[in-house]
Amino acid sequence: MERQFQLNLKKSKLKFSVTVTLKKDVLDPQGKVVLNTLTNLGMTSLQNIRQGKFFEIDIETKDQLEGEKKVKEVCEKLLVNLIIEDYKINKL
Amino acid sequence: MKSSVIVFPGSNCDRDICVALEKMQFKNQKIWHKETSLPKSDLIVIPGGFSYGDYLRSGAIAGKSLIIREVIKAANAGCLVLGICNGFQILTETGLLKGTLLRNKNLKFINRDVNIKVTNNKTNFSSDYKLEQVLKINIAHNEGNYFTDKNNLEILKKENLIAFKYCDEKGNITEESNPNGAIENIAGIYNLKKNILGMMPHPERMIDKTISNTDGINLFSSLLNH
Repeated sequence: MERQFQLNLKKSKLKFSVTVTLKKDVLDPQGKVVLNTLTNLGMTSLQNIRQGKFFEIDIETKDQLEGEKKVKEVCEKLLVNLIIEDYKINKL
Repeated sequence: MKSSVIVFPGSNCDRDICVALEKMQFKNQKIWHKETSLPKSDLIVIPGGFSYGDYLRSGAIAGKSLIIREVIKAANAGCLVLGICNGFQILTETGLLKGTLLRNKNLKFINRDVNIKVTNNKTNFSSDYKLEQVLKINIAHNEGNYFTDKNNLEILKKENLIAFKYCDEKGNITEESNPNGAIENIAGIYNLKKNILGMMPHPERMIDKTISNTDGINLFSSLLNH
């Protein structure tokens, strides 16, 4: 009985990840510095590095579509500044 | 004239702006970020600092805080709003001012006195300055690199919404005089109605000859006289 309850609890949660990066035409000075430093370390084949942010989000739902919709809302309400940033949502 | 200074956890220029406002005879009070109502004010100031530790992005959390909803209501009703440094960042996060503030181009926190030019002296914030007057004002920020899209940049220029531009001592707008990489050397902007001003330089630090200069005083006297 308890095991079944725990299984149900587990099922009612979905996990997503969000990656936020600066838009292509926005200068990313931190990425540039990381690239320069790695080049100085001898990794001369690197062409470009962009730095971003990563979030893991648990949502109480069984429905993946509904979960994605919620995560999108989370992104646009707070996590992402749409003027300068893009985001990608992944189901984990 | 009644003023309210919004205080967030991590604000650190709230005391300085209060001293400046009181010196200029504003009836001032501080408002804590958890308040859900604002006293009737003629001017709301969002001070500099690192609200909520700059978590997520500078100004992002403060831009969604409880008190900021009231600030947005008041601003839309025509109340004068001044955002300095982190206050400017917060105002862009609320959408009251267009554009955003990126990391300084050289990746360094910059704290020094810079020259800025008054590019519009026909507003409630700037009427006591002369047009093109060059001021020496302190900046102290890590994210002051103003950025906006082409469309909005056109609007800023067409509607005369650029308040201040970084320049050299003589008032020339040059790349060398741009401390943080801001687009077109922009140091401060207005909203369309010109009742909201966001600026990276700190006028409240320039009100006393014994520690700096008095180039910031006319901003406050303009507000008093409006």
